[in-house]
Amino acid sequence: MSVLEIDHLAVDLPVEGVLRRVLHDVTLPIAPGEAVGLVGESGAGKSMVSRAVIRLLPEGAAVHGDIRYAGDSVLAMGRPALRHFRTHDVAMIFQDPRAHINPVRTVGDFLVEALVERGERRESATTTVTALLASVGVSDPERRFRQFPHELSGGLLQRVMIAAALAVSPTLLLADEPTTALDVTTQSDVMVILDARRRERGLAMLFVTHDLELAAAVCDRIAVLYAGLLIEDVPTGDLRRDLRHPYTAGLLASRPDPVSPRRRLAAIPGRPLSAFEIGPGCPFAPRCPFAVARCLSERPELRDLDTGRVACHRAEELRGQLLSIATPGAASA
Amino acid sequence: MPEDSILEVRGLRKVYRVRASRADPGPAGSALLGHPLARRQRARALVAVDDVSFSVAPGQSLAVVGESGSGKTTVARMVVGLERPTGGTIWVSGQERSWRHVTSRERRRRAREVQIIFQDPYSSLDPRMSVRGCLDESLRLHFDWGRERRDARVAELLDQVGLDRRQAESLPRALSGGQRQRVAIARALASEPRVLICDEAVASLDVSIQAQVLNLLSDIRDATGVSYLFISHDLAVVRQVSDNVVIMRRGRVVEAGPTASVLSDPSNGYTKQLLAAIPRPGWKPTRSASPDES
Repeated sequence: MSVLEIDHLAVDLPVEGVLRRVLHDVTLPIAPGEAVGLVGESGAGKSMVSRAVIRLLPEGAAVHGDIRYAGDSVLAMGRPALRHFRTHDVAMIFQDPRAHINPVRTVGDFLVEALVERGERRESATTTVTALLASVGVSDPERRFRQFPHELSGGLLQRVMIAAALAVSPTLLLADEPTTALDVTTQSDVMVILDARRRERGLAMLFVTHDLELAAAVCDRIAVLYAGLLIEDVPTGDLRRDLRHPYTAGLLASRPDPVSPRRRLAAIPGRPLSAFEIGPGCPFAPRCPFAVARCLSERPELRDLDTGRVACHRAEELRGQLLSIATPGAASA
Repeated sequence: MPEDSILEVRGLRKVYRVRASRADPGPAGSALLGHPLARRQRARALVAVDDVSFSVAPGQSLAVVGESGSGKTTVARMVVGLERPTGGTIWVSGQERSWRHVTSRERRRRAREVQIIFQDPYSSLDPRMSVRGCLDESLRLHFDWGRERRDARVAELLDQVGLDRRQAESLPRALSGGQRQRVAIARALASEPRVLICDEAVASLDVSIQAQVLNLLSDIRDATGVSYLFISHDLAVVRQVSDNVVIMRRGRVVEAGPTASVLSDPSNGYTKQLLAAIPRPGWKPTRSASPDES
């Protein structure tokens, strides 16, 4: 049984008074304790998925399909149920801690807020949270508690956000590009902490990122989003070993490697499309080196394939060939 | 300076005066709080770049790598002339760049030698100017050419960066991030510079677009023989575009050498940390040795 079931989710957002589709069709179950990486380029709709789960979409958004937490529809929750869901079951870590932590309250106020809101005494909440700060690698927690967000570096503030997320003992963590605003060495530090705390608590996680390699390092499964459609869902171990979708293969081949000898990058031609721009066929077809007539006219369904799911008409026949575009040496730009 | 370099930097230094933070009251202490002079007294020196030297040979590419606060962007801005160095010397094509009495004629001459591409193509282009207008302006500024010749050169530049002719009439808002960055590259190439500075020029692009622009930059170098000063935080990208690399931390150079050997066998502890922090196949995040900062 899944802790979270995203079931044929589609989202329209109002743009200048007209509803515009930003997510077409996302079906994604997350098992208890499982970490799923949701990967995509800008405009793919990945943040929309995590925001839809916690019902933080902009006003006027139209949501279709369903999102179920432990079997209950999140979309059907009334205010008290939604409040309980947000303060007990799920916690979100945002990309920019500075934009999501109240700048005029102390770090301590921010950390205990959710616990006090739940009816805990401030003293016991403080004890819980101080211990948590130490566990996310923040030294001198008592001093940090009294400081204001502007007195902390970005990396430290992101750890504070992780501590706040863990404080409510959720079962599901939503992490939306949690390290994108950080320096690479800080990113590495923060990911170690996030990964360790998540594992020891057995939390399920939806990890939203543009960085496929980063997601692969900390997630059990990788779900790839393109123009508002889920196009692949694969166990991390099979991601590179058994390429099944041309877009995923192209993404892997696009990224240079710091150590192996230089080669011309196998860049995907064209640009990533936004959800509202795609035609009736496969959203990736205009950029796909393997596209045939059918790909342009008929949208492939996301279907089971061995250990994962894939949305590509030619997935079976391409399985052996995709390796060549994602492997050094075989380049085409 | 050695004859064989197109860009040479020796002992470059930049010090900013900044207001002291609460945690760091500076030498003035608290006695002057509230005094009219207090604000000035509380200013302290921030050494952004400290004794940085390097040289770039014609057609070569040098990467300056560092994290935020390392001073890498300040170095770029001093080389292009947007910041005045506190100390040190910059030579371009064998000529020293002095900061005294720089006439607009001299500025233009310098701009023909060194051009820059910024990180954010959404803020580095004039939103009211079409692609053609933007390129044409640079050509009018630097060359005494007639309309026809400029039009031909605009077409050539567009070709070179992979934009089609109909995009020439577009305003930046009609273009994607990758296309805008191509316009910024074309504009920088318009003056036929000897050195092109790329300040995190691919950092804000999607992975698939980043690969296209990296390939484009390498094609342009092959075709024009331009030298690159490539400012980046990303060692994987740096591997792709540079021959030599300088690693900076807190304003100082901590390691320098040929890119391939520095990345395959780094000798400095910080370089190792940076390298270990880059997600790649089979990578797992590890704690860096750096102490908890505030």
